[in-house]
Amino acid sequence: MAARTVAKDIITLRGSAAIVSEFFGYAANSILYNRGVYPEESFVKVKKYGLPMLLTEDEGVKSFIANLTAQLSEWLEAGKLQRVVLVIMSKATGEVLERWNFSIETDSEVVDKGVSREKSDKEIMREIQAIMRQIASSITYLPCLDEPCVFDVLAYTDKDVAVPFTWTESDPKLIANPQMVKLHSFDTKIHKVDTLVSYKNDEWDEP
Amino acid sequence: MDAGSLSSSSTIKTRSRYPLQEQFIQRKSSKENLDRFIPNRSAMDFDYAHYMLTEGNKGKENPVASSPSRDAYRKQLAESLNMNRTRILAFKNKPPAPVDLMPHEISTNPHDSKLAKPRRFIPQTSERTLDAPDIVDDYYLNLLDWGSGNVLAIALGSTVYLWDASDGSTSELVTVDDENGPVTSVSWAPDGRHLAVGLNNSEVQLWDSTSNRQLRTLKGGHRQRVGSLAWNNHILTTGGMDGRIVNNDVRIRSHVVETYRGHEQEVCGLKWSASGSQLASGGNDNLLYIWDRASASSNAATQWLHRLEDHTSAVKALAWCPFQGNLLASGGGSGDRCIKFWNTHTGACLNSIDTGSQVCSLLWNKNERELLSSHGFTQNQLTLWKYPSMVKMAELNGHTSRVLFMAQSPDGCTVASAAADETLRFWNVFGAPEAAAKAAPKARAEPFSNVSRIR
Repeated sequence: MAARTVAKDIITLRGSAAIVSEFFGYAANSILYNRGVYPEESFVKVKKYGLPMLLTEDEGVKSFIANLTAQLSEWLEAGKLQRVVLVIMSKATGEVLERWNFSIETDSEVVDKGVSREKSDKEIMREIQAIMRQIASSITYLPCLDEPCVFDVLAYTDKDVAVPFTWTESDPKLIANPQMVKLHSFDTKIHKVDTLVSYKNDEWDEP
Repeated sequence: MDAGSLSSSSTIKTRSRYPLQEQFIQRKSSKENLDRFIPNRSAMDFDYAHYMLTEGNKGKENPVASSPSRDAYRKQLAESLNMNRTRILAFKNKPPAPVDLMPHEISTNPHDSKLAKPRRFIPQTSERTLDAPDIVDDYYLNLLDWGSGNVLAIALGSTVYLWDASDGSTSELVTVDDENGPVTSVSWAPDGRHLAVGLNNSEVQLWDSTSNRQLRTLKGGHRQRVGSLAWNNHILTTGGMDGRIVNNDVRIRSHVVETYRGHEQEVCGLKWSASGSQLASGGNDNLLYIWDRASASSNAATQWLHRLEDHTSAVKALAWCPFQGNLLASGGGSGDRCIKFWNTHTGACLNSIDTGSQVCSLLWNKNERELLSSHGFTQNQLTLWKYPSMVKMAELNGHTSRVLFMAQSPDGCTVASAAADETLRFWNVFGAPEAAAKAAPKARAEPFSNVSRIR
């Protein structure tokens, strides 16, 4: 009995990578929904992390996110992923309006030596839930995206990573003089993910 | 005493001068960097200044730097500068851009709908002002109409004038004899060529505007003046001071085909719905009736569909909504001041707004969900309302007396208003011509499309 509970709380690199990449998938969907990048009607509600989450039904977006999480998971398992950034840009001008920044710290010991860590699923889910709640509530302080927008995802990897066939090098798509809000972080004890959203300053807000 | 104080101050001066001189000499000898502008730096604490410039700054900045956003910024800056060890990758295939976004967004996101429809500039002054001398200042008459042929008809006293909006030319159509006049109502037939002229002597004349020829006179329908007219294809409906409403078939010799009885006083508002199936009539008896065309019969007086008693003053201003078939707006006179909205199928009052002033006339914008009302005392203004929120979008001032009549150009953009101040003003209130250009041909075709012409 006791042994079983212990076994349940053990987390491997592979399991951690799966949790983190899945988190990115849901977070991206949630951002696209909450920020109105895609129309509300193109999303369906599912239950995840003890929350109602919205997933896109748009085939193009769906496959983009599926490909993304598959690739991220691979990099996470190799411990090569430093950061994932979801960028929201103006469709008309291409100006970067918002950057959702997920920094990842990987426990190198786990990657190098293949050891595992201990943390309960439940605890991780609770931490992720807190981030998802923050993403959903972010619309209260983020500036309105009052124009049609597109999004892109940037992956910051180690220099020694071979660029996959479907990927290309990109510029960081930074925002000049941004406002930043740090959200909660979660930690699988192998991957620690810090979430931060930066957005374009409202010019007329400045003193 | 005086001398004592003087001497003491002088001693201080001399005493204080000493050390100065001493230091001066000392400095000079130590060959410090002095000049004639800053001959001495004894009061300056260079050590402290140096500390403040170097170490002190660090200490001061530390509490600021500990704020999480600053921290994050620094981190991000460091990371972006440290790009050498990082590779930034993105998918070659970009996610699909949200297509067909706007129609969805209008319903879901109020901010995007704002973008889709940039706020229209509504000129606050009239575009053009014409004199309208001798216009009869009578609330119960209808002396202005703008036909589908883009010609404006206005009755001034006993004369009907035509103003061609396409070239701005004016012509006189008819002057009736004094015993028959004045003219109490004018109304263009849907073809924009034939004009009905109601007279004080209870007769109605039909005129062909192209040949300036009178076609016929309709007699016997009323016993008193005819203050309101409304066309429904070949049916000319007339409302009289005798409270009667008569359907006249202008093609046949015995033109009175139906009579609607209900009003006990003068009928001053008369409008057919766009489909021609319902007639709204308002009277000085504060009543608003809805009549059904289908149930009208020639032999017996026709029963109304709805009898609406909500107004507390004469009901003159009537306007059928162009985008919702069974929606009628009605405005009450000076004792009522309300604009009311009706579902004419059920007879339910949907909304009522107290405008604070006599409602003389109502017009719907054909291109936007907006309603324009014209008023009397105290402002004599035109008010543009957003429907259905009934938020005031604009108030147009200019008239100095009550704005009795309004008429809309066939393209729906311009509104003409005639007031008791003897002016006729044109307002570009329903949008710029270029914005409505695409809507204009549709609006223009509408009056012709399902109408059998008078020949």
